[in-house]
Amino acid sequence: MTATTMDSALPARPSPWASRISVAAVHFFVLVLFLQNLHADTWLAILGLVAAHLYSVIVLLYWRNLERSTAGDTVIVALTLEFMLIAIIFWDRFSLWPWSTFFGLFIVQACALLAVRFWKGLRKAPPTAWFGLVVILLYVIIAATAPIIAPFTETEIVGSEYEAWGGKFLLGTDNLGRDWLTRLIYGARNTISIAFITTCLAFFIGALGGFLSAALGGWTDQILGRVVDVLMAIPSLIFALLLLSIFKDYSVFGLTIHPMVLLVVIIAVLDSTRVFRLARAVGMNIVVMDYVEVSRLRGEGMWWVITREILPNAMPPLVAEFGLRFCFVFLFLSALSFLGLGIQPPTADWGSMVRDNATLISFGDITPLLPAMAIALLTIGVNFVVDWFLHQTSGLRDDH
Amino acid sequence: MDKILKMVAQRLALGLLTMFVVSLIIFFAVNMLPGDVCQEILGQSQTPETVAACRRELKLDLPWYDRYFTWLVGILQGDMGRSLASQREISELIGVRLGNTLFLALVAAIMSVPVALVLGVLTALYRNSLFDRTINALTLTSISFPEFFVAYILILFLAVNWGWFPSISNISPDLSIWERIYRTSLPALTLSLVVIAHMMRMTRASIINLLASPYIEMANLKGLSRSHVIVHHALPNALAPIINVVVINLAYLVVGVVIAEVVFVYPGLGQLLVDSVSKRDIPVVQASCMIFAATYILLNLTADVLAIATNPRLMHPR
Repeated sequence: MTATTMDSALPARPSPWASRISVAAVHFFVLVLFLQNLHADTWLAILGLVAAHLYSVIVLLYWRNLERSTAGDTVIVALTLEFMLIAIIFWDRFSLWPWSTFFGLFIVQACALLAVRFWKGLRKAPPTAWFGLVVILLYVIIAATAPIIAPFTETEIVGSEYEAWGGKFLLGTDNLGRDWLTRLIYGARNTISIAFITTCLAFFIGALGGFLSAALGGWTDQILGRVVDVLMAIPSLIFALLLLSIFKDYSVFGLTIHPMVLLVVIIAVLDSTRVFRLARAVGMNIVVMDYVEVSRLRGEGMWWVITREILPNAMPPLVAEFGLRFCFVFLFLSALSFLGLGIQPPTADWGSMVRDNATLISFGDITPLLPAMAIALLTIGVNFVVDWFLHQTSGLRDDH
Repeated sequence: MDKILKMVAQRLALGLLTMFVVSLIIFFAVNMLPGDVCQEILGQSQTPETVAACRRELKLDLPWYDRYFTWLVGILQGDMGRSLASQREISELIGVRLGNTLFLALVAAIMSVPVALVLGVLTALYRNSLFDRTINALTLTSISFPEFFVAYILILFLAVNWGWFPSISNISPDLSIWERIYRTSLPALTLSLVVIAHMMRMTRASIINLLASPYIEMANLKGLSRSHVIVHHALPNALAPIINVVVINLAYLVVGVVIAEVVFVYPGLGQLLVDSVSKRDIPVVQASCMIFAATYILLNLTADVLAIATNPRLMHPR
């Protein structure tokens, strides 16, 4: 379909000035954000300048290619302006953390763009899916702007131990006299971002292995398959404990591995086995298709076949699996932290927060359960969204 | 029948091979450590002579295959070496705890399997009703909860607020069986809640899968009642996947006890493992990992074999 026929088929395109003006405004806002501490930290400000320019270019490119409508543009521009307005009202907090503000802005704009892009599907989503989406959005925004929202800093000791709710500390203080609310907010940022990175890594390893296995077959398939079989034969929590105890303080070329990196890699490798199974099964069905045969006859390499032929067609089950895997990794990570072997103190983390303050529960205080509730809420939200997504993609397939 | 025996034998051989590879992994993972056990034991007081003597004593100067087979044979005979932290025999440390863990898993299994099966059949029977949706939402929620959350909620309500159960389940061998069950009930309940959800969902799914088959339609057309169709026509054919899921969940029970044991300070193998990991007591970690892995593989193997054995198509080949 050429551009001209698209134009005539759609209602009149919205004015290009909306996107131009709003991108310029955002650009200007980000520049001010970074330049105001030029004296305090010159290099950071310059880095921010570069980031702002890159970001503007990317937004313009994406927005131009979007199938746009006036209403959609209004939503995006309005949400962006709203964020900027809030930032300007609470300027003294926002200006302290330019990167968090920038990241928050990115999240708001990305969500607005995605919502407009997928509005047709979203409109028909059931209330449970909406609930899940709202929960996820809320968590992501909190995680992105943690230092701005949190009343204190992450590891600051601000009062005496186990203070009650209310007053200066909204949710009281923890076993070392740190503010609960602050720890909760920072915990969102740490736990979610580490779980997300781990899931991404697991998907990269698992999907690549699975597709390679499906596309190459033969020995590669056999070897990878058997390795995964053995890895899956050992219960993952036990295996993770074994690996963590072995590689703690382990060094490569004289460099000690950072415990966080170790944690991420171990969980990702253990979890990639599940992704491998799925990717291989889905890939197997796609590899036998005619269009893959054609691309091979055309002389395309293995990388092309995997990224351009298999990957796009394996997307829906993989996306759904991503959600489920994320939940699993998230629960796994907090279980490890709860056992005292995951994310290490003083980094705020939901699993270890429950553990460290568990004594309060025997006095009937529910504060230590708040992080556990936060974990549960997020996993429920993601599960709801995945359910809806699976239902939709499988439903679409039934129609055809 | 030959075919079944052959398949079962194949699975068993595969299981043994997996066990062998797993033991290799566990053995070599520990051998990849920088330094060795002797340096860890001697710590500050090490001199080249004492280290060499210690290595001779622990037979670390032998080649790896020699050590590996000695270790493997030792484990098979119940001799797993000594703990680094307490210098006690590991088999002595593990013996009682393994019993406790298996007891906990058993209690949890007895509590959860019947409930899960009945709920699964009922939700399949009344599917898309309010009852079905409520149960589904509840199980989805309990799957989404971290285990320690479930455990602490139970402690908060059943132990702290209402005082029905003790919040710490310290059991010892000299307790009567009822006292033991009473003290084990909270951790067992925690495990059950997680496992019931999985089992119930799988039971429901496998029965509903069958409801579209022609013979079910036939039974419906004959005018049989819905409950009769489900219990007499669908359930026997859904047995294979259900048994499979039950056994896999039992395997999960044995392994999933770690968190529950830590929360309730239950003196089981899982807690020993966690303690040893934080103390870096490698021989104990090695031994308990081996036991957990063996149980897990064994139960998964059982699931495979049962799935083959209960498959009507294999039982009555044409």
